[in-house]
Amino acid sequence: MKTLLDIENLQTLLHTGDAPVRAVDGLTLKISEGETFALLGESGCGKSMTALSIMRLLPDAGEIVAGQIKIDGTDVLQLPETGMRKIRGKRISMIFQEPMLSLNPVLTIAEQIDEVLKQHLNLPQQAAQLRIQELLEQVGIPDAPRRMHEYPFQFSGGMKQRAMIAMALAGEPELLIADEPTTALDVTIQAQVLDLMRQIQQRKNMAILLITHDLGVVAEMAQRIAVMYAGEIVELATRDDFFNQPAHPYSQQLFASLPGKQKRDQALAVINGNVPSLSQQFAGCRFVDRCNQALALCHDTIPQWHPVSGQHQVRCHLYNKDSMHVSSNLMTDSLIRNVVNIAQTAHASTASFLLQVTDLKVHFPIRKGLFKRVAGHVKAVDGVSLKIAAGKTLALVGESGCGKTTIGKSILQLIQPTAGSVRFKDQELVALGRSQLRQIRSQFQIIFQDPYSSLNPRMRIIEILQEGMSALHVERIDHMDANNQSSAPSREKEIDALLQRVGLPADVKWRFPHEFSGGQRQRIAIARALAVNPKLLICDEPTSALDVSVQAQILNLLKSLQNNLGLAFLFITHNIAVVEYLADEVAVMYLGRIVEHGHIDEVIGRPKHPYTQALLSSVPQIQPDPDRQIIHLKGDLPSPAAPPAGCHFHPRCPKAMAICRETYPPVSAFSTTHTAHCFLYPQEQGSENYEH
Amino acid sequence: MPFSPIILWTDALIYLFVAIVLSFIGYVRHHEHLLTPWKRVGHSASGMSALTILIFFLVIGLLDTVHFRPVLDHKTNDGEKIYSVEVLSLLDIVVTPLRTHVEKTYSAPLASHLYAKETIELPDGKQVRAFARLEYGGAHLQNPETEHIGDIVWRGATGLAYGLLVWGILVVCLCMLLAHRNQQSFQHNLSGIWRRTTEIPWYAILITLLILLMLIGCVSTLASHYHVLGTDKVGQDILYQSLKSIRVALVIGTLTTLIMLPFALLLGIMAGYFSGWIDDVIQYIYTTLNSIPSVLLIAAAVLMMQVYIETHPEIFETIASRADLRLLFLCIILGITSWTGLCRLLRGETMKLRELEYIQAAHAFGVSHWRIISRHILPNVMHIVLIATVMDFSGLVLAEAVLSYVGVGVDPSTISFGTMINAARLEMAREPMVWWALMAAFGFMFTLVLSANLFADAVQNALDPRTRILKQRNSFFHRPAKQETFPLNKTPETTTPSAPSQHP
Repeated sequence: MKTLLDIENLQTLLHTGDAPVRAVDGLTLKISEGETFALLGESGCGKSMTALSIMRLLPDAGEIVAGQIKIDGTDVLQLPETGMRKIRGKRISMIFQEPMLSLNPVLTIAEQIDEVLKQHLNLPQQAAQLRIQELLEQVGIPDAPRRMHEYPFQFSGGMKQRAMIAMALAGEPELLIADEPTTALDVTIQAQVLDLMRQIQQRKNMAILLITHDLGVVAEMAQRIAVMYAGEIVELATRDDFFNQPAHPYSQQLFASLPGKQKRDQALAVINGNVPSLSQQFAGCRFVDRCNQALALCHDTIPQWHPVSGQHQVRCHLYNKDSMHVSSNLMTDSLIRNVVNIAQTAHASTASFLLQVTDLKVHFPIRKGLFKRVAGHVKAVDGVSLKIAAGKTLALVGESGCGKTTIGKSILQLIQPTAGSVRFKDQELVALGRSQLRQIRSQFQIIFQDPYSSLNPRMRIIEILQEGMSALHVERIDHMDANNQSSAPSREKEIDALLQRVGLPADVKWRFPHEFSGGQRQRIAIARALAVNPKLLICDEPTSALDVSVQAQILNLLKSLQNNLGLAFLFITHNIAVVEYLADEVAVMYLGRIVEHGHIDEVIGRPKHPYTQALLSSVPQIQPDPDRQIIHLKGDLPSPAAPPAGCHFHPRCPKAMAICRETYPPVSAFSTTHTAHCFLYPQEQGSENYEH
Repeated sequence: MPFSPIILWTDALIYLFVAIVLSFIGYVRHHEHLLTPWKRVGHSASGMSALTILIFFLVIGLLDTVHFRPVLDHKTNDGEKIYSVEVLSLLDIVVTPLRTHVEKTYSAPLASHLYAKETIELPDGKQVRAFARLEYGGAHLQNPETEHIGDIVWRGATGLAYGLLVWGILVVCLCMLLAHRNQQSFQHNLSGIWRRTTEIPWYAILITLLILLMLIGCVSTLASHYHVLGTDKVGQDILYQSLKSIRVALVIGTLTTLIMLPFALLLGIMAGYFSGWIDDVIQYIYTTLNSIPSVLLIAAAVLMMQVYIETHPEIFETIASRADLRLLFLCIILGITSWTGLCRLLRGETMKLRELEYIQAAHAFGVSHWRIISRHILPNVMHIVLIATVMDFSGLVLAEAVLSYVGVGVDPSTISFGTMINAARLEMAREPMVWWALMAAFGFMFTLVLSANLFADAVQNALDPRTRILKQRNSFFHRPAKQETFPLNKTPETTTPSAPSQHP
């Protein structure tokens, strides 16, 4: 096949701080026509800088210092800026990660697509309008003639990303650069968008450079894969080679750190440390400090490309035929060495529940008009009941906007529930006063999603950790595993012990949060919650902002904390793999209500509700499964301000019946623990009904 | 005693302000983690240069704050001392010649003659229209036409030399001090400063200081025999007026901010944090206040004050205390009308912060509202407060000028930039133009506000824990060097895509 894009020895510097950062350092790759090439790596590895270098859209601090980027034989680095404008959007197009930020909010979708057409095609007005309509239909936007004149805020997240794709396709490019195109989207929407990209590629024979950190997406989409680490490519392989036999220790360790069902009873293998600072000159392999198979050679010699088999190449000394031969057994051994066996502590009694939420409702009023009359309610949470036993994990799964986070916050009474009851142990929390609540607040704590906004940037770590202790008058942190109980340690010692428990050295307490990486910040956030001896931790997507390898560290930490301290978790997430790894029970939420609830094996293994089935099938799989059928959901999550009548899911449900449009289905039980709300299954007698 | 000390209202507030600043410095010095960011301020070249100039202004302002009434020569019948009704400050004593050398009317800077012709009666009884000699400016010259320029150059040069000398002594002192502190040789420290390897940018500070000292030297040698910046309509020295205006500008800038800050901080953060009806009430208050033209409000308040002063002459011992009360009142009323802008900014920022997760986490810990406001929100809005107050500082100095023009500003007996500009305003239209009064006011205000801005910038950069100090100077000089390290075989335009290509 003809080579379309040919990058040779690309070096991009970023001039920030004292020394220039080598964001891309000697990158060489080739993409053929009509091929999907995936660039895989953690954040900070230079993936996006590669994409921006190709487009020559680097930030002001960026500078390409060496290399060639040839598209069909033309070196784009030699072109003047005016020549470059004829390439961008016409021959190479790009879609960005954040669809919310990459569309101009004051222009309609049609006007924005028209800009591309005007630049490259010079169509008459009528033809341009037809073309826009055609493009939007192509990306599956319903009612395109009307919706093309709408503004981006009238589009949902998935629709915006479709509109972005339509805009990128407007110039009929030969190469589409997709920079994390689905990271900001929900799994069901992600499945739609990935499917769309695949269809378009087949139709147009367009090459795609897919930049992502998600192994699942790579497995679904890519034909060839390059693994990028610290500014350079470390492994180059076809999809099958890569997923059957990852060669570079980094790739192997990435796979090992993925959470999943089969790893439930073990700790995940972690990649220690972080991506090294790219402002240094590397003497040896860049991965050596985090590698579990490092040799003495790796520290002082830069590895060259070594073939593994056929097209599969790797930049690692282990594959140098001259020096030594490595069997793959060695690798698995070393991985298992890392694994700490964690025995599942069997909790004798599950009869007494730590937390009981009954019929919880959180409605936000919508106010309109001059006098702010209440015109309606956003039913963020609409009658949710759940129970968590001590030391157990309940996972709350659902797409964004379904009310997961609101439940977490209203359990903590950060948001006042509209109705329902939250009982912690035997105490009713709803309608408690601030001072009464303070007495019980130490029992339940929350860990937030974004480690960057959950720590006050102006407070030192010690102050952050002390805050909760002094506010709640906690004198001593429980030491289930401490040896020196005799001497009453000062608060500072308590904090040292706390930091050690979350795997941080004690002297970090004098620093400010900005000096830490995302994973370390999340550890600090966990330490802050633990400082007041909680019995229940509400984890609101604690790993979704982190890289896979760091996610594994945090999940291990949470699991060991649960085993050592007997914590109960309410784990709010949209990541099914994490759920499979961590949860005992799962509750699936859709539009403010729980549609299916049960033990982990029941819900993940034998999902009953059509939504659960669709959700599980949309998760990109690494292991190719011939039986797998992706259930494509139409459309997006409806607005919780005006939920559909009857079953909330019926407009998107592939199995909807007449009755679904009229009444909300009552509960159907499949076992003592497994329940769902769906008319497909026989109803329980005398079960409670949701009224409308 | 040869004088009787007087503490005016604004003096007291300035002393209070200085005491607060000093105790804050003392507090910071004893807390290592608070000291580190402030040390970073010391590493910013522009910030430290600005501070050098600011200190000069502050010293003048403080000198002008120490007020007293000098004793008069004659005594009362009982033998008691009589103190003058005129209130003087230390600055007045230091610059006595400037204060007392009053000409008849306008004279240009460094002139020896008046600016306008007037009728002079000659000894023989004839009358001539000519430029009269000044009473003080260049009065020592026998033959001004020939000696004038030479004398100025000579005196200026001696002044520069004095400045250089003082600077040299300061440099030596500094190096000795550093040598003593670091236990290194004198020369090592000197070369360190010269090669800009010291942590504190002494190089930049010393250059600023050199310029400042040479200017002061030059001006002070000339000022005893000339009017360096000319004289105004009634023959008062402009340099003296400019120096006196500095205190008024500082008072209006700082005291107004001091009065405005509690309103803005408290109400703004409360509105943003609590929302609901508290937010509504505060919003109504400031929108109402905002919708009244502030000049009208100030005019009304100041006129009320004026009436009060005039009907109660017995409570004011001196003219200065009357003028001072009016200045204080002006500060208060300016403060009350100018908090709304900052309040609105703070409300918005607090609303944003309130939703952040660390505040939510604090709620989850049951931290009290007051603690959340003081420990989480206040430190995170301080950068806005700092920028807004420095921006306001220049605005307030200008507002004083505008109000003095309308006639509701400071007391006419108070010398301020506003009254100077107001007096000079009409003279801009006359031919030949009298430009020096306006230029002097402009130059002094510009320097003051610019150095305050630069210093605030440096403080803000250093206090934000998220900013890393980028060594801008280095990156500036290193850029060309970087390209040399990478052999560019054939493509010079690959350096920066945005750069215009030289070989298309």
